[in-house]
Parts: sequence; C-alpha cells; structure tokens
Amino acid sequence: MAKKSSKDRLTNEINAGSMADIAFLLLIFFLVTTTIVQDKGITVKLPPWSEEEVDATKLKTRNVFSVLVNAQNQLLVRDEPANIEQLKDRAKEFIMNPRGQEDLAEKPTKAIISLKNDRGTEYKTYLAVYNELKAAYNELWDEEAQRKYGTEYSDNMPREQKKAIKGKIPFVLSEAEPTAFGDEK
Amino acid sequence: MSKFSKKRGKSTPAISTASLPDIIFMLLFFFMVVTVLRDSSLMVKVNTPQASELTKLEEKSLVNYLYIGRPTDQYKEQYGTSPRLQLGDKFATVDDIPLFLEKHKIKVAENKRARITSSLKVDGDVTMGIVQDIKTQLRKSNQLKVNYSAKPKSE
Repeated sequence: MAKKSSKDRLTNEINAGSMADIAFLLLIFFLVTTTIVQDKGITVKLPPWSEEEVDATKLKTRNVFSVLVNAQNQLLVRDEPANIEQLKDRAKEFIMNPRGQEDLAEKPTKAIISLKNDRGTEYKTYLAVYNELKAAYNELWDEEAQRKYGTEYSDNMPREQKKAIKGKIPFVLSEAEPTAFGDEK
Repeated sequence: MSKFSKKRGKSTPAISTASLPDIIFMLLFFFMVVTVLRDSSLMVKVNTPQASELTKLEEKSLVNYLYIGRPTDQYKEQYGTSPRLQLGDKFATVDDIPLFLEKHKIKVAENKRARITSSLKVDGDVTMGIVQDIKTQLRKSNQLKVNYSAKPKSE
C-alpha cells in the first residue's frame, strides 16, 4: 500500500501549458502561408487539331451567328457593329428563334455560333465575349430546366436530365483561325 | 465588512485554459487543410479578367498551369515587355508545352488522365496572338480541356 502511494507521486502529469503556444506557432505559420485561392474559370473544350480548315460556307447563313472582334476590340455581329451588352440577348434570340423569323436559326440544334478574333484583340475582350455567349447558353439551359423539371440548371442534376437539355440546345461554338491585321503588343 | 471579504475570497476560480490547445488545434487543422503551398513563383504579371460563367476546378492534381503575361519589373530588362509564357518556374516558348504536358501527365494515374485540365492564367491586357499560338499547340498535343482562369464578377 505504501509502495503504491509512492508510485502515485512519481507519475505526475506532463505539463500541457506550452501546448497552446506550440499550436499557436503552427497556426500562425499556416495563416501566413495560406492563400485561399478560388481557382475558377471558364471551361472550354477545344476541338481536336486537324490540318484542314472547316468550311463554314456550306452552312446556311441563317444558322450561323458570326461574331467578329477586331484589333480595336470592336464587335461585328452578323455583319453589323454591336456592343457586348447586347450580345447575350441577341444570341439567345438567335438560338431559340421564338417568333420563327426567317433570318434566325431554324432550330436550336442547328444553330452555330462562330467566333473570330484578331491576333491584336485584347484577351479581356475575347474572354468577355466568350463569357456572354456562354451566359446565353447557360440561361437557355436554365429556362429549359425550369420548364421541364421545375429546377434550375446545375451541375448536380441527374445525368439524363442534363443530357436531355444539352441534346435539345447543344453548345456549338466554332472558333476560326484569327486574322492578323492588328499589332500584337 | 467581514461578510464582504469572505465572499470575495471564495469566488475566484480561474478560467480553465485546458481546452485552449484543442481550440487552437482545430483552427490549425482548418488552415492546414485549406492551405495550398504555391509551388512556382510568378515571373510574369497576371491579372485575370472578370467573368460570370465560372466553373470550379475540382482536383488540383489534375490541373497544370500555364501563365501568360508581361514579365514583372524584376525581369523586364532581361526579357523585355512583350507577353511571355511561363511554365513551372521558368520562362518558356510554345515549343516547350508538349514536354511540360507530358511531364505532368506521368505523375497522374492512368485512369484519370482523360480529366487533365490546362488552366490558362492569362493577363487581361495581353493580345490574343500568343494565346492563340498556345491554344493551337495545346490542340496539337491533344490537350483539349482548357480552363480560362477568371475572377468572379463583383457587382
């Protein structure tokens, strides 16, 4: 019995008081090195490389929504000047053609958006244009999803539903080889 | 008087700091998990433009980064001010891209290779010429999944 009590005295606790300090040190290190990066961007699927150019002249002009951006960052949409703000609404109208106009796409599956820029175009203009065109499709997909399934379009929808929507309104954007009129800076 | 002092003497239990390390550890683990140690320092100025239709890059290990921009002040004298491509931690040319992609590819498990994405971090003020050359090179090397890095639009 006496032996046991002496043992009790020997096993005193490890002092945990400095534990907090050590943890703080590590914490501050990670706080300093952390950059909570939001790696986001516009995901694009490039077409496979082929030597021959796709001939766009075979397509009916009513089905092609051509967007040209020149080296001065000006837009030419279907052969007339336009600005970026109108682009989304015009693209949406072109794809869906709600009033069945003669000069807009026959149906969404036949609509093709053709984007052409110059080597002197600024990247931010290019991306803004691309963003608007993508936004047009995203909104159309959203409307379609609302109409059919009563939910908004998102990546975690059932696969068949997504496939059905994308089958009805496929995203077709062809990028032509850029012109080289402008100066590269 | 005696009553007052008595009460005071009794009621001073120190706040236990025993749980402090646990709280700190919790914070520590949070930051450890969200931390990404930057592996390459930027030699070009990259200020990505803003956009609204963004998708998130999921798996970091499946992403390779290509930086395009003008050299920073430090490298201006040596490399000039025209836009350059940076792969890893050094300046590169378009011809270096296939090897760079291959080097990244062998580190990725075979069943995940189809999901490799190239993240293009391009400065907004760069002209499309160099971007186009890089896109062409990516297409030639059959790296078709591309993400144009952009900041969310602040409205």
